[in-house]
Amino acid sequence: MSSVAARTARDLTRITTGRSRDRTPGSLIFLGGLWFSLFFGVMVLIVLIVTTAIDGAPRFDGALFTAYDSTLAPERTGFRAGILGSIWLMFTTAVLAVPLGIAAALYLEEFADNGRWYNRFIEVNLQNLAAVPSVVYGLLAVAVMALMGFERKGIVLGGAIALAMLILPVIIITTREAVRAVPTEIRHGSLALGATVLQTTWRQTLPSAVPGIATGTILGLSRAIGEAAPLLLIGLAGAVRFDPAGIFSPVTALPIQIYSMTSQSQEAYQQAASAAIIVLLVMILSLNALAIFIRNKFQRSW
Amino acid sequence: MKRTSYSRALVPAVAALALALTACGGGAAGGGASGTVAVDGSSTVFPMSNAAYELLSEESPGVQVTVGASGTGGGFEKFCSGETDISDASRPIKDEEAEVCKKNDVEFTELQVATDALTIVAHKDLAVDCLTTDQLIKLWGPNSKVDNWKQLDPSFPDQEIKLFGPGTDSGTYDYLAADVIADESESTRKDYEASEDDNVLVQGVSGTPGGTGYFGYTYFEENADSLKALAIDDGDGCVEPSAETAQAGEYTPLARPLFIYTNNAKYTGNEAVATYTDFYIENLEAIAEAAQYIPLSEDQYAETQSALEGIGS
Repeated sequence: MSSVAARTARDLTRITTGRSRDRTPGSLIFLGGLWFSLFFGVMVLIVLIVTTAIDGAPRFDGALFTAYDSTLAPERTGFRAGILGSIWLMFTTAVLAVPLGIAAALYLEEFADNGRWYNRFIEVNLQNLAAVPSVVYGLLAVAVMALMGFERKGIVLGGAIALAMLILPVIIITTREAVRAVPTEIRHGSLALGATVLQTTWRQTLPSAVPGIATGTILGLSRAIGEAAPLLLIGLAGAVRFDPAGIFSPVTALPIQIYSMTSQSQEAYQQAASAAIIVLLVMILSLNALAIFIRNKFQRSW
Repeated sequence: MKRTSYSRALVPAVAALALALTACGGGAAGGGASGTVAVDGSSTVFPMSNAAYELLSEESPGVQVTVGASGTGGGFEKFCSGETDISDASRPIKDEEAEVCKKNDVEFTELQVATDALTIVAHKDLAVDCLTTDQLIKLWGPNSKVDNWKQLDPSFPDQEIKLFGPGTDSGTYDYLAADVIADESESTRKDYEASEDDNVLVQGVSGTPGGTGYFGYTYFEENADSLKALAIDDGDGCVEPSAETAQAGEYTPLARPLFIYTNNAKYTGNEAVATYTDFYIENLEAIAEAAQYIPLSEDQYAETQSALEGIGS
């Protein structure tokens, strides 16, 4: 009896770990194919990052962060405006998108009657929205800004509206999943003690789901920080020589600066752009690391 | 209950952030004029407008300029809807574009700021001095198979052609492809040595017998002793590239004027736009040289100046 169980367990481990002793030609070819795919994917990424880092190596200096971009001295051009602009855009986007997204997700998960056709309609369209190309959100944001009567649209608010709309579906979907993962017993316990649905959601469900929500939101923001297309459409300029000073201040963003710099032919700009790409990657990676940290630190299992 | 402290902390944090964001929206400090100027348009003029801003920002840091490069056409679209204050252009405004401006009550003034010229260079010993525009297109066209000078003209030497030119990202490439060759593909042939570094092109052409290539005129000027420039015959005889022939509009089709268009109402109504434009025109020669274009001749400069003075009145 016990030997049978042991054998099954061993077979299971073999299959799940892929350390099968099956050495027929077919399985070897298959294994080779898998390895090649993995190798290809990872190599492309490594080659890209390494070549970009090498191209940008001469420019990892202080001026890269503290100087504005320069036509008169291309070798001292910097990304101060882009880096600060991206940070401003991030915060404004978060302020716009996070409360809206969490509220919408809570409604759909806790209050909405899933039997109604309009709620199902909203659900289907949320999934679709998450897959809409980012350029479209740029157009939408232009229309929103025009409706609000802004003649000049390339400001922090305009960019943030575009990015907020872009990541809203992502926030809603991840928040819903986080809220759904909270055990029903917690809600039942709260309701049984006499709390209203609102109290239960606000004091029990939502706080329990915060780690999941935070992770999803940060991942959404890290997607937004790398976007250039919607920001180009809203009219963010490539060259700005002042720091953003409010949500109505004209602004540029790091991806936009990189874009406008790579289209200029001088060697110095190409180097600066490569260095800025690495800076952008580091920003995105640290956001993702923060998300992983929050998930590991606060995640609980019921 | 540790859990509730989450939400309690979150709400004021978000509120404080929102407050901080709006509170920072104060005016900019600095001497002289202040305000914002929106510039957009041709990526060819972009380095000039950006250099003008860079020089101005030392003098009056209160003037905040955003310079975009969405192309001449894209720039006029925004300009004529009143979105931008100044539009950069590498060609004069088209009638249909001016029509849109008129419909939106945008009155503008055209100011020429510099001349952009390409130079076709060749190895010093090459026994060719002049190309017609047709020969140039035959040589550089997207489907060109020409690999010997003889194929262009029977009187040319029997010598292999080696081509050098800027990469497809460069504005110089765009100029030759879209404005000189000007067929549907908007591209040149692809079998040439491409480099974004003009030094590499100079070394390539000067070190290869039978070599030819092209880049901006100002760059040729700096290297005139190691290369020779081919004259261009656009139907009125061979014209040598020079600052004078380019300015005079004789060196066609390889020279073109560059413009900025200023919104008159914004110029008179917005102190920052006026400061920026005046500074731009005042320092035009230095700015054109910084961006490696041919500065205006004295007559042209006088014309631009009087056009600028005409805005206020």
